Amino acid sequence: MTNAPDKTGLPPGHFVDAAPFDPFVAEALTPEQERYYQAGQWQIIWWRFRRHKVAVWSGVLLLLFYLCVPFAEFIAPYPREWRDNDLLFAPPQAIHLFHEGQFLGPFVYPQVASVDLEHLQWVYTSDTSRPQKLRFLCLGEKSYQFWGLVPGRFHLVCPPEDGAFNPLGTDRLGRDVLTGLVYGARLSLTVGLIGVAISITLGMLFGGIAGYFGGFADATLQRTTEILKSLPELPLWMALSAALPVTWSPVAIYFGITIILGLLDWPGLARSVRSKLLALREEDYARAARLMGASPGRIIGRHLLPGFTSHIIASATLSIPSMILGETALSFLGLGLQRPAVSWGVMLNEAQNITVVTIYPWLMAPVIPVILVVLAFNFLGDGLRDAADPYR
Amino acid sequence: MGRYLIRRVLTMIPTLFVISFLIFIVIELPPGDFLSNQILLLQASGEQASIAKVEFLRHEFALDRPFLERYLIWIGAWPGANGFDGLLEGNMGWSFEYQKPVLEIVGPTLPLTILLNFVTIVFVYVVSFPIGIYSATRQYSWGDYGFTLLGYLGLAIPNFLMALILLYAMNRWFGISIGGMMAPEYLDAPASMAKAGSIAAHLIVPTIVIGTAGTAGMIRRLRANLLDELHRQYVTTARAKGLSEGRLLMKYPLRMALNPFVSDIGSLIPSLVSGSVIVSVVMSLPTVGPVLLGALQSQDQYLAGFILLFVALLTLVGMLVSDIALAILDPRIRLGSGAAR
Repeated sequence: MTNAPDKTGLPPGHFVDAAPFDPFVAEALTPEQERYYQAGQWQIIWWRFRRHKVAVWSGVLLLLFYLCVPFAEFIAPYPREWRDNDLLFAPPQAIHLFHEGQFLGPFVYPQVASVDLEHLQWVYTSDTSRPQKLRFLCLGEKSYQFWGLVPGRFHLVCPPEDGAFNPLGTDRLGRDVLTGLVYGARLSLTVGLIGVAISITLGMLFGGIAGYFGGFADATLQRTTEILKSLPELPLWMALSAALPVTWSPVAIYFGITIILGLLDWPGLARSVRSKLLALREEDYARAARLMGASPGRIIGRHLLPGFTSHIIASATLSIPSMILGETALSFLGLGLQRPAVSWGVMLNEAQNITVVTIYPWLMAPVIPVILVVLAFNFLGDGLRDAADPYR
Repeated sequence: MGRYLIRRVLTMIPTLFVISFLIFIVIELPPGDFLSNQILLLQASGEQASIAKVEFLRHEFALDRPFLERYLIWIGAWPGANGFDGLLEGNMGWSFEYQKPVLEIVGPTLPLTILLNFVTIVFVYVVSFPIGIYSATRQYSWGDYGFTLLGYLGLAIPNFLMALILLYAMNRWFGISIGGMMAPEYLDAPASMAKAGSIAAHLIVPTIVIGTAGTAGMIRRLRANLLDELHRQYVTTARAKGLSEGRLLMKYPLRMALNPFVSDIGSLIPSLVSGSVIVSVVMSLPTVGPVLLGALQSQDQYLAGFILLFVALLTLVGMLVSDIALAILDPRIRLGSGAAR
């Protein structure tokens, strides 16, 4: 090293590298990290949720199921009130593609009924000489009222002309089981959603009051939830739905049932809201808001709520399946919805005894969507719960 | 321990009162009552003499009094037509439909209800305990995944459906008669080993059906608790000191994980009782379930009320037992907050 003065004009003995220097170079972020740190809470939750493959696919499956809610009229092959007196207890019809080695496209063989007087039951044989082609994106024979308002005849799949199409069989009055499933989804799937909405409202209200104010309100809530949680749900549901007047219309009964399901579900939610609030209200930003004179309502709604919304969504998702199962059980027992309303539980009501399992097993078809939906909600809820706290 | 027990039992009393009041509201919710409905029916058919009798019954059972008074008369804290005569005095009420005291109708079903729920709890614990430990110690093994899947399925399949299918299977392959509590030939037979065996065989399906959902939940929770403990440093220390795996597991992490496992009985029992009601209806088991359903449908309010109160009491007693077990297990609870200092 020489003592010659360099260009920086510093006293001799000091060496300074001429290369440009950035004091923050050690902490430079890769583009991914930068994206992560700048992303909002919901963005990060979504990224984490996406990693949970089973949960994502469960969500997709649920979306498909929920398509039946608005579009039941299009998806079902028959209108809701359709009955075919020639096909009572008809077994499921297979959909074929090839007739005698020749490709025909999707078609069914007509079923011919005959009475077996020895066992007193209908026996069906397929007439394999007459293939009947299914029609797609077609106009049905009888019209329906879309959402009870607009008359229409359009279906995704129609039965063949002067033929029947019962891919899941028919019940004792000749009603198509698949049609029942599609229309039943409308009630069975929304029961959980409305029930959870009620439960969330109550849970947040009571949990919020108890968690924020503490003291007497908190003690009261704690005792109440303890008592409500110690009561067995189903007997109470049964008693409450038996209390619904028989003179009510199916719509009123439906809302009554959802309210009953929601009324007994809120304690768990209220407890988690309470414990979250108890923790969050001690945070510095909550104290700052209080010192600045914000009202309790504003502090809870504006500052604390965003901190646990994701948790509430996750636990609400996990309580939907129990409501769906609850409605199914009530209707199965004949205490819930009744015909003419169709839900999966109402359809299962006719599958109550062991004869059905042995002779007409297809009447139990509604349990398959019940199981799928409940499983999917469980997986989705697990995924959401794992993703709910992204900063952990 | 004694003081803890006494305090714990005493807190049950106000809880029971609140529950009985809630239940009374619920059974009074339907418009009218069994007798007023009957009066309407009799009026329609023009039977004046019977109406007078039903009117007398209405007065006898205080159905013409205001709501709060009726509740107090029901629990026996207010003089009714025959003085103090309610639940507190041991009069469980009158069933209008059967025209008999409630206790006479429900009495024979109570032991079986208790037995069924007890057996189910034992089943849940006996099955979920080893599986939970296995799943936690062999995390992400095939067995772990298999049990998780089974658990999810158990949660998703509605109880009544599983009951129907298992009934069918048991009848088909093991020749066990469908429905009921014992084979028909033992119904009026005196107690014998064969009869007990028949009852045990008939208990298998309901126990499995009612217990599956609870078992699935218990396995998941024991697995999660144990996994938390297995990653603690004391486990590493014990392992470093050369403790065998089995002894290590039994001595430390399992004892820690056992607490929530036992206290979970509180959330387990209500769901088991719920399950036993619907499964009994499907399998026509002589428990309180089918009686409750009938009573609710015919608005036989005191019968329904007593059964609801009974199942609530059953869960409360179950929770008491779990709290006692927890206190025996965990000195921190037994000695109260004083020990923390």
